[in-house]
Amino acid sequence: MAFVQNVPFFSIMLSMFSGIVSSVLSEKAAKRLNTAVILVIGAASAWLLVWLMRAGGSYTFMMGHFPAPWGNEIRAGALEAGMALFFCIIMLLSMWGGRKKLFDEVEVTKHNIYYILTDLLLSSLLALVYTNDLFTAYVFVEINTIAACGLIMIRQNGRTIEAAVRYMIMSLLGSGLLLMGICMLYDLTGHLLMSNIKERVAAIMAAGTYQVPLMITIGLVTVGLAIKSALFPFHAWLPDAYGYSTVSSAAMLSSLVSKGYIFLLIKIFYRVVGFDIICASKIPNVLFLFGLCGMIFGSISAIWEKDIRRMIAFSSVAQIGYIYMGFGLGTTEGMVASIFHILAHAATKSLLFISAIGLTDVSAGSRKFLALTGSAYRNKVAGVGFSVGAFSMVGIPLFSGFVSKLLFAEAAVLHPTHKMMPTLIVLAVSTILNAIYFLKTVVRIYVPEKQEVEMEKGYFRVTAGQQRLYTVTIILFILINLVLGMMSEPILDIIQTGLDCFA
Amino acid sequence: MFGSNLAPNLGEVVAMILFGIGFANLLLQKNLVKKIIGLNIMDTAVYLFLAIKGYIEGRAAPIVTDGVQEVEAYINPIPSGLVLTGIVVSVSVTALMLSLTVRLYKRYHTLDLDEISSRLKKEGM
Repeated sequence: MAFVQNVPFFSIMLSMFSGIVSSVLSEKAAKRLNTAVILVIGAASAWLLVWLMRAGGSYTFMMGHFPAPWGNEIRAGALEAGMALFFCIIMLLSMWGGRKKLFDEVEVTKHNIYYILTDLLLSSLLALVYTNDLFTAYVFVEINTIAACGLIMIRQNGRTIEAAVRYMIMSLLGSGLLLMGICMLYDLTGHLLMSNIKERVAAIMAAGTYQVPLMITIGLVTVGLAIKSALFPFHAWLPDAYGYSTVSSAAMLSSLVSKGYIFLLIKIFYRVVGFDIICASKIPNVLFLFGLCGMIFGSISAIWEKDIRRMIAFSSVAQIGYIYMGFGLGTTEGMVASIFHILAHAATKSLLFISAIGLTDVSAGSRKFLALTGSAYRNKVAGVGFSVGAFSMVGIPLFSGFVSKLLFAEAAVLHPTHKMMPTLIVLAVSTILNAIYFLKTVVRIYVPEKQEVEMEKGYFRVTAGQQRLYTVTIILFILINLVLGMMSEPILDIIQTGLDCFA
Repeated sequence: MFGSNLAPNLGEVVAMILFGIGFANLLLQKNLVKKIIGLNIMDTAVYLFLAIKGYIEGRAAPIVTDGVQEVEAYINPIPSGLVLTGIVVSVSVTALMLSLTVRLYKRYHTLDLDEISSRLKKEGM
């Protein structure tokens, strides 16, 4: 066995133990440890990704020397390693971008806890990405939820606690359904490892017995994870949680936490049930319908919103709708488009949150739309960052959002079914709606404000030199966006290779 | 005949009904403490389901006593292990929810989530 194959195990353990160690470290040391751990895991994942792309295929890693049906397993392929690398990059940049704000909004004595929660979040995300065991996945789903709840309420005010409670309630409903689904699946198949379950599910389908319980089980798991990742009718907790938490948390919640659940759902579709069985069932149709509704209603809510952070949060609802719509197409092309959109949305949404905070800070902290007039001149870096994010979400070529929209449209047209027309129409409508609220904001921040008004309201200017880390973060985010937008071929290649060895 | 499967699967039916009761309480109750009770009923229903699924008529708990090592002597231990793991998870989640509830109660002196939301809207922050 090559040494590089230990990377998944070590990355999960490293992040988890760094969280434990951070609890006794000083605030500065915890911060350094957190950055170092994310960097090390990112580099190791990149190494693993390169190795896997060269060697091809995937491998399973036995935990504790118990062979297949009894022991716990980790599995890694190109897609998993790529996701781990991507999550690390986004997490690092989100932490950097919100660091200054963290000092303003959170008491210094609590910073330690913030880094512990981030480490735990990373370890649970990595475990969700790599695990081959359904019950382990459930446990880490709960750890993920608890860490995310802590990230929301670390900034103490009434709004965030209420948002955290609402988030917990919705999440617990979701995980209850997921747990029930997993238990029933165990009851039906007698296994907890994904590959074993898949064999048994195929046998059940071939024998033609227990079809209804099997479908109910898959439905429970799907609905549970859909609730947790804020698919359209279950998104009520989302605007408050993303809108009022500290900015690093908002960026990580929107770009990592919900994506972790979606990635687990993809794994369940491919590795537990089998994609053919999913496609033959009615489940994609339901996801398709709710995805389309989410795309429209998320954007409409965003248009009504007067608060920039909540507007970006509602835009997340629409983007999650895109991802589920891709699942709903029920084709490999749709899946590839969805996975690419996971990357594109994660890179763009965290950029938007972090640049929005730069804009509101120079506008006397007001998040109201009118107060942002001319803010792009007061903080140029944030202005450019926000514009890039907005263009990407609207789907202007060169940026990542364009590629994912193109992929969705291609996926719909390549397999012309009754879903083709609704997809294309809703894509077009949703793009227009996106353009309404994002371009409106971009125009607003570039409309110059009168000097008297700026003086009167206490607005001030910051230059790139005064906020070096922030500037570097925004530039890196913009670069990621451009890479995803202009060099999508190798990334799509990784996604395709990874999906092929999923099956 | 309709309902002929009911008697042999009575435990599962009870577990499902309890799960529904817990789920509905967690979703629909306004009072935060009642919501948390709902959460616990829901989780307990899952453990009941697992325990029934692991139980085999006439066999003992999987702890080796009197040197009997045959598989046929014991029930399936895996669901019991899952129940233990699940209990740990649900305890920690309940503790977190309760601590959040205490925070909210100290701030707003009510347990009604809707009222807290409407007050937050009035504060306009």
